[in-house]
Amino acid sequence: MMHGKAKGVILGVLMALVAACARGGATPVAGLPAEAQTVIRERGLSPEDVVAALRTYVPGGKYDEYVMFASGGHSGQVLVIGIPSMRLLKVIGVFTPEPWQGYGFGEKGTLEVLAEGFARGKPILWGDTHHPALSETEGEYDGQFLFINDKANARLAVIDLRDFETKQIVKNPNAISDHGGGFVTPNTEYVVEGPQYAAPIGWEYAPLDQYKDKYRGLLTFWAFDRQKGRVDPDRSFQIELPPYWQDLCDAGKKVSYGWVFCNSINTEMATGGIEEGNPPFEAGTAKNEMDYLHIINWKKAEELIRAGKYEVINGIKVIRLQTAAQEGVLFFAPEPKSPHGVDVAPGGEYIVVGGKLDPHVTVYSFEKIQKAIAAGNFERDPFGVPVLKFEDVKEAQVELGLGPLHTVFDDKGYAYTSLFLDSAVARWSLGGPYRKDGAEPWKLVEKLPVHYNIGHIAATEGDTVSPDGKYVVALNKWSVDRFQPVGPLHPQNFQLIDISGGKMRLLYDMPIGIGEPHYAQIIKADKLKPFLVYPEIGWNAVKMAKDPNATEAGRERVEVREEGGRRVVEIWMTAVRSHFKPERVKIRKGDHVIWHITNIERARDATHGFALGGYNINLSLEPGETATIEFDADQSGTFPFYCTEFCSALHLEMMGYFLVEP
Amino acid sequence: MMERVNTWLREDPFRLPRAFFIGASWLLLLSLLFPYWRMTLQAPQYPGGLRVDVYVTHLAGDVSEVDNLNHYIGMKKLHEAAQVERFLAPLAIGAAALLGEALAFTRRRWAAVLALPAMLFPFIFLADMYYWLYRYGHDLDPNAPLRLPPFTPPLLGTGVVGQFRTVAELQLGFWMALAASFLIALGLHFRRVVRTALERRQAVRLGPLTLVPEGARG
Ligand SMILES: [Cu+2]
Repeated sequence: MMHGKAKGVILGVLMALVAACARGGATPVAGLPAEAQTVIRERGLSPEDVVAALRTYVPGGKYDEYVMFASGGHSGQVLVIGIPSMRLLKVIGVFTPEPWQGYGFGEKGTLEVLAEGFARGKPILWGDTHHPALSETEGEYDGQFLFINDKANARLAVIDLRDFETKQIVKNPNAISDHGGGFVTPNTEYVVEGPQYAAPIGWEYAPLDQYKDKYRGLLTFWAFDRQKGRVDPDRSFQIELPPYWQDLCDAGKKVSYGWVFCNSINTEMATGGIEEGNPPFEAGTAKNEMDYLHIINWKKAEELIRAGKYEVINGIKVIRLQTAAQEGVLFFAPEPKSPHGVDVAPGGEYIVVGGKLDPHVTVYSFEKIQKAIAAGNFERDPFGVPVLKFEDVKEAQVELGLGPLHTVFDDKGYAYTSLFLDSAVARWSLGGPYRKDGAEPWKLVEKLPVHYNIGHIAATEGDTVSPDGKYVVALNKWSVDRFQPVGPLHPQNFQLIDISGGKMRLLYDMPIGIGEPHYAQIIKADKLKPFLVYPEIGWNAVKMAKDPNATEAGRERVEVREEGGRRVVEIWMTAVRSHFKPERVKIRKGDHVIWHITNIERARDATHGFALGGYNINLSLEPGETATIEFDADQSGTFPFYCTEFCSALHLEMMGYFLVEP
Repeated sequence: MMERVNTWLREDPFRLPRAFFIGASWLLLLSLLFPYWRMTLQAPQYPGGLRVDVYVTHLAGDVSEVDNLNHYIGMKKLHEAAQVERFLAPLAIGAAALLGEALAFTRRRWAAVLALPAMLFPFIFLADMYYWLYRYGHDLDPNAPLRLPPFTPPLLGTGVVGQFRTVAELQLGFWMALAASFLIALGLHFRRVVRTALERRQAVRLGPLTLVPEGARG
């Protein structure tokens, strides 16, 4: 009640203020607090600034309308941001240990998740997260899971959106790097991981002069088991591709359901080597006027898998390149020139490819692609892959400006493309079924400058079958002069743009102090149904089930036993405001320690931490959670353990002693 | 309609008090299903407050969270209170209801005492509640982290401890028991009216009701 009223008053006041400013700003407005005028004058705010501030202001206690999941770039994490407030809500540890969540600091479950992502047993504790992908049902975000890839190490992670924690990391057994992942098919049948730099399949060595024979691209379809919330490698498969560097991908939807589209660069198959007098990669890979849009029939690929037309390589089924080319799984269409993004329009009729080195976006018609395939009117590339004729499949080309990269969509038949070299967002009109308003189709409508070097772009529900058309976020690589300098490593800049009206309006600059974020997806907040506390006391957050080692209040204990000639000490502990029980654990150097701790709280936000100095152990125990740590007590000493979350007035007293006798 | 009631009452004028007794005993039994008393704790960090509902047989609501808070001042856990009462209460209510029911089927003067347990039940409940509130506020652990002077949390109304505002209110179950009490009192009253009228051999008119038939009876 009070909120609504107060908001009404403030809005009224500010709208009046804006009107006043628009008239020259000198006339005092009835009802406007003098303080507001003073603030506006002192801070030199323009009427646009005031409106923008109002549009993004979300008072505490009110929630944002949208939640954005942004990659954390090489921080290896995922950022959760509210829209329109642009407030950072959480940083989810994914490929990198995250101390606040106690992710990867001793807790057995998260250590196992991280270890799944080790490559050939070698610990890899960072990732270059690129493309977050929300799970979908019939082409709509369903708010259940989030996937994200690690470009540096070809890995894919699964985050459960009931607790916003990472549950699984899958290491691609045959690829070393990826880029065009993760993205999902319309019912999350598969989470698709596209490749990036060609390399011999399965991390093999091959000299670069055998590039054409030994180097390959690889598209992975990770089957997702929604019930278990895990990728199922047994039902997954891969498709071998020529060694063109496949880049971004998108799944067909609605009319193009069952297909996947990736673009590529380096159809030149350049192998670099400036030190030997060869053209550098940047020139060698950009020689051709056309690269290849990859058109992949994954329904057909499933049939081939069922028919046994695959080889198993490093434990995963692979459809070989020749099979894919011969059996109608893989087609190419020319695309100009070293393109970047490939994005499927909401109805699935059109595939939009950003030119990068060409000022156009090229729009392909799915219908024309199907006709060209049916007509058999194609040649073959050196690997035998059918290449459709550009003129047969092209619907339109729209000149937008310099460096078109990625495209997102709204609900009014417009597309929005990031222009890297222009540092701008281009709004342009789609044609065909999207053009009911009589406006000219396939035409640049408007350009909005952004700051600066925009990479990806995200729109509210903008890559689903029904975009909301409210906001676009520009994910800029450079912020240069936008913020207080904090040394030569500048924050990157997310900019919130209102696209709901006749003109695009820049509303907010949000510096990101973590990593180099790449892509983001924006979901309507009410689709998320997170746990507020874990469903029952003793919850194992990795298994998402009750833990057999949950400690009940009153059943705290320490047990010592002999196992394989050494002492094993197993501890069952509870944490509650403001004490651990037991408070003293005394063991001997050399003992093996298994330590279960259950937070027996049921109150929202009553999280306890558990830090054990000297042993690199730091847990976060959310209400109801059970966590287990396991280690060898290899150093004697007196180790105070304590709660790291300020949980109550007696939080400092929430501690105990871990005594290791020499 | 009224005529039919009157005919029914003329056949046996004790039917009216009997209806009250039976109604009261069922109401009392039914009250077992509803909370008698509720305490709400309000503090800044608990938007919406914390609630403990006291049933005759058990506690419900944010019991463990309230216990968590109470441990700072050394208060015992809530479920440890009134364990005997909670065990006996269903039996006691059952017995009280049975006695009330028995009362309906006797016309003896002394039988009025059968009504006492059911009639007094809500007041016994309150007295017992007060006893436990007193004990909980006075029997604080001397080793508690926060030491408070002994106090009695409110049985009804508002009390303040630290940043907590406590509001205690009676709930539906209690009102049902109280209504049963009232119904029994009414039943006893009409029982006496009918008995006196019979002794004097005269009819009693209560608005549209005729309790004793005109003419001889007895
Ligand atoms: Cu704590």
